[in-house]
Amino acid sequence: MASDSDSDGGFVTFGTPLEPLEEDEPLRKPVPLHEQTVKDEKGRYQRFHGAFTGGFSAGYFNTVGTKEGWTPATFVSSRQQKAGRQNARPEDFMDEEDLGDHGIAPRQITTTADFASGRKDVIRDKARAITSLSAPIPGDTVLEDLVAPARSSMGVELLRKMGWKDGQGVGPRVKRRLCKQRADSATRAFGSASPPNGSSESQDEEDGEFLPENVTFAPKDVTPIDFTPKVDLHGLGYRGLNPLAALRGGPGAGHINLFTMDSDRTNSLFGEDRKGHRRRGGVAGQGFGVGAMEDDDEDIYHRDIMSNYDTVLGGEEPGDGLYGWTAPQQYNRTKKDHSKDAAYLGKILEGFTLASDKLETKTIFPPPNLPRDFRPVHYFRPVVDLSSVSPMVAQALQTSRGHMAQEEPSKGGRHQLDSAQRRELLGEATLQGPSSVFDLLKVEDRERLSGLRRPSSDTSSGPRQPTPGEARAAVVAAGVAAAAARASAQKALSSRFAPQAEQQQQEALSVWSGPTAQAQTGQTFKPFERTPHKQARYDLYIDQLKQGDRDALELSLDPTMTEWERGRERDEFVRAALLYKPSSSSLSCRFTRGKQDDGVEADTVEVTRDQENDVDDKQAAVKMKMFGKLTRDTFEWHPDNLLCKRFNIPDPYPGSGFVGMPKVKRDKFSVFNFLTVSESPTASASPAPQGVKPSEPGKRSRWDVSGQAGDKERKEKDPVSEFLSVARIEASGSGPEASTTDGPTTDPTVEPDTEQKDEEEEEEEEEESRPSMDLFKAIFVSSSDEKSSSSSEGESEEEEEEKEEGVRSKAGTGPQISNQLNVNTTQPAPPVSAIPSQHPDVVFKTPSGPAAVPPPRDQEMEEEEFGPRLPPPSSTLTVERRPSLTPSAKDDKHKKKCKEKHKAKKHGKNKKDKKVRGKQLNPGE
Amino acid sequence: MSFPQPKPEVPQLPQNLLRTIDCQQGAVRAVRFNADGNYLLSCGSDKSLKLWSVSRGTLLKTYSGHGYEVLDADGSYDNSQLCSCSSDKTVILWDVATGQVTRKLRGHAGKVNCVQFNEEATVILSGSIDGTVRCWDTRSRKFDPIQILDEAQDGVSSLKVSEHELLTGSVDGRVRRYDLRMGQLHVDFINSPITCVCFSADGQCTLTSSLDSTVRLLDKSTGEMLGEYTGHKMKGYKLDCCLSSKDTHVLSCSEDGHVYCWDLVEGSLMLKLPVGKAVVQSLSFHPSETRLLTAMEGRSGIGVRLREMVVWLKSDMLLLPWLKYGINE
Repeated sequence: MASDSDSDGGFVTFGTPLEPLEEDEPLRKPVPLHEQTVKDEKGRYQRFHGAFTGGFSAGYFNTVGTKEGWTPATFVSSRQQKAGRQNARPEDFMDEEDLGDHGIAPRQITTTADFASGRKDVIRDKARAITSLSAPIPGDTVLEDLVAPARSSMGVELLRKMGWKDGQGVGPRVKRRLCKQRADSATRAFGSASPPNGSSESQDEEDGEFLPENVTFAPKDVTPIDFTPKVDLHGLGYRGLNPLAALRGGPGAGHINLFTMDSDRTNSLFGEDRKGHRRRGGVAGQGFGVGAMEDDDEDIYHRDIMSNYDTVLGGEEPGDGLYGWTAPQQYNRTKKDHSKDAAYLGKILEGFTLASDKLETKTIFPPPNLPRDFRPVHYFRPVVDLSSVSPMVAQALQTSRGHMAQEEPSKGGRHQLDSAQRRELLGEATLQGPSSVFDLLKVEDRERLSGLRRPSSDTSSGPRQPTPGEARAAVVAAGVAAAAARASAQKALSSRFAPQAEQQQQEALSVWSGPTAQAQTGQTFKPFERTPHKQARYDLYIDQLKQGDRDALELSLDPTMTEWERGRERDEFVRAALLYKPSSSSLSCRFTRGKQDDGVEADTVEVTRDQENDVDDKQAAVKMKMFGKLTRDTFEWHPDNLLCKRFNIPDPYPGSGFVGMPKVKRDKFSVFNFLTVSESPTASASPAPQGVKPSEPGKRSRWDVSGQAGDKERKEKDPVSEFLSVARIEASGSGPEASTTDGPTTDPTVEPDTEQKDEEEEEEEEEESRPSMDLFKAIFVSSSDEKSSSSSEGESEEEEEEKEEGVRSKAGTGPQISNQLNVNTTQPAPPVSAIPSQHPDVVFKTPSGPAAVPPPRDQEMEEEEFGPRLPPPSSTLTVERRPSLTPSAKDDKHKKKCKEKHKAKKHGKNKKDKKVRGKQLNPGE
Repeated sequence: MSFPQPKPEVPQLPQNLLRTIDCQQGAVRAVRFNADGNYLLSCGSDKSLKLWSVSRGTLLKTYSGHGYEVLDADGSYDNSQLCSCSSDKTVILWDVATGQVTRKLRGHAGKVNCVQFNEEATVILSGSIDGTVRCWDTRSRKFDPIQILDEAQDGVSSLKVSEHELLTGSVDGRVRRYDLRMGQLHVDFINSPITCVCFSADGQCTLTSSLDSTVRLLDKSTGEMLGEYTGHKMKGYKLDCCLSSKDTHVLSCSEDGHVYCWDLVEGSLMLKLPVGKAVVQSLSFHPSETRLLTAMEGRSGIGVRLREMVVWLKSDMLLLPWLKYGINE
């Protein structure tokens, strides 16, 4: 399409897109097996026979011949062609399929013999080998070799034309000095066993003497690297017995070296003519082992050493790009100064040369002179028991000893930061929750736990426990008895134990002075809660630890206590500090405290603090198209901290502990909490009942009954709301959409506390034991049930006010109207709400409002509004099929769909109601 | 001295049919351009979500994994992820390239009407018929939403996210704008179930279409109505509306098979694009060019049901002659 070019930019489309699968399309029949054939380019069937069944195009369906049967070939005499057909090559018996890409002898483009450097015609060689065997003198083609003209390849010819002579290297002529080279460096490129060192050195010596100017020499010849790819499965360097070479070998030839160190290439570069010099052919015995009497066995097992090989690929060569194996040899030469080697008198190990520059000699300092009276015996420092000396001395000792090393943890990179530090940097609040799992335990449990732990700690070192008093006394008694023995033992053992205590102190210090501990304050576990003094001392100790005070322990102990007690307490504190170290905060935040105050909150429930303004005002405003202030409510809303983070926005309420709309606790039994629409404290004067609205004819809701009263109410409204209400009437009169999607409104004048008061009254009136019974009734009791109760109640209560009275008088006329009355009371009727305090049962009936709403609401909505639906896929189909369908029929369809939808919706609503009910009921039960 | 010729003004309204794609996925519930407008997503009632190339009109990938019809989808800014929501109450985060479900987010109590990524695709917001908007974290491995916005009293039908604001339209007839930066919730009362809400490109206005067959342009900060656009028919279906890429026009689907285009300032009907005979259910305007994407829920052939998705292009590429419908017609 043309649009591709403009919008596609640099994209390229390959091929054509597959046709998307047609869904309704029936699946294509699978191709039967006998039709799945492969044909060659001539249209013949190709069957993939194996080697024994005749190749690709054998016969006709596994038979011989063709479809017509086997046709014998007609005999053609070749008598005349005898001379011409001297040497039949294998190709002569091949057809084009065999020579094709997938045939047994694929044709490929090769260089002709003139230009070929060395690659042999494999087929031809084979043929030659065969013919040589069948030759009159078997195994000898010497004659042929002799007769064959010496051929040199085109490359060599070219070189010769350019002035190259055999034995010279290729490249620009160089001066003598530069031309100097070592043969081994060249051969080393691919490894030759024994570099002819002597000759080159002798050359080098000559160089020094004779250096004529203006004379240039050709660079030395280079041994080319063999690039022949390895195609066989032999080991590296192994060549195998070449029958060709073996057969051709003469008696004078050396043994067949299976490992050729110099490559075939060397020879083949210069054409076939050189081959004769080396390879004589013929099996000479040695190839198959050495005879017992033969002494020429040094070389049979050729020892290959790794130094023949390069260990590095492509070492860096200097200069002008003239490197590689054809490079002039000065580039390949390793930098060795052999003059030095020569100067060295001793024997140089093979493979080593003298270093060019000397190693720097290390200056050795003489050992210090020992004083005369030095005795090589080590005195260990006496370890001072820290508990027995004054803090000052202890500190002095500690610092002098120098292993108070653990200072503030060094400020590392951000990877060293722990979670608390990161939290600090991010400005987040600390994790809420108790600092330790122990906090969550009851005191008794904690004691039991510590009691369990005590025996083990006692055995390890001294008594320590979170001192319940009597336990401590017992331990003290035992301890005093043991004190003397201990004191002496301590001296002996102090060298062992003191460092341990020291270490523990250090550990405590490092733990508590860490940032994790700093972050959480006042959440530490109090192990000595039973003895406040001790706990206070412990707190002091912890505080000082947090500040990184080194002698926190000494400072926090009570100086008036005895030495022994202090020692004990010291021990306890350190252990406690280690045990309840703050690192467990991350763990502890995973536990939450059980809510103990269930009973306290039982009769309150959380509802959103801000309530929307009156809906009717808004509806009126909408009708008048006065969008803006009238239709807008703004609430405080708290986004989740994480949500803010994800939106890259600072938390607008950083400290707020909740999410969403602020909630307030309200009386649980107040219905008004659950009338989610409604209840605006501001619009106190506009109860605006829904029934008041002049609804469409023929659609009178049950609320209409109370409409008159509502109208009465509206008379006393303030000007604004009156204006609004007038507007509302206008608007709803004109527009068909004047309806209420929302639930019934309740009267805003009703204050929660008055409701509660009413409730209390009610509770006193009714059975004391189950205060929520009325609530049950209000919710569950059917209208008929309520009828009787309300009427009886209404009679018994004298404070029935005028409005109700009026309704009742009307209702008295017939049973249907009395039914209406009941309906009236069950609805959150506006007149009722105007005087709620005098009318307890009305207040209690209101809760059934939301429950009772759905039916009328559904009726309304059916004609008016409903949630947007998705167009049913099939609707238009039917419409289109019957184009004569009138709009009215369409409408009918519409309605049907609406109904369906409403059913679903109603269902949802009911669910919601149920939820609300559940909420109300649970605490009461 | 000759002045350079003024550039020919690019037509602001799409008038020519560029391409019609048969999505073959039942009714197309929603069509959406991706962030740069080169690809489009079609949500089908056959539980599949399909990704198309706009320029070639070829199907690039089909994402299947929903258990019921797909209702809305959105692409991340970097085109690496897709999210879609469905009647099966789930929101699925897809990997675009592999077509695998990266995350299947459950939690809504009803079918999920709308879904959106935030700007950096770190949060998926989904609005459901259960009246909640759930904010799902795409970064963490938690499957719980970060926050549930349950202020709506009825189903949430539409949802849009801007840099720091969240605009939701609900069937309770209210448009709620959650301002994360200020920590405020603004509720605008429309008095008719909202079918679609949009931010304007300048971020100063909001566009709401409701079932009283009216599209309203409201000032974002005060809630005052700046414009009202009527004439189309939107009575029962949840149809989309949108603004053109340069905020010059207001476009809305209609149940009479047209797309209505009004001038934003004057409020006059500029164009009535005929799409088909059925309800135009969804539309999406190209983020930078004058291109409109519409989805028609059904068109009937003989025995074969075809579902159409139409791409409209501006008039400089006359591929198919298309009648121009003006106001006077």
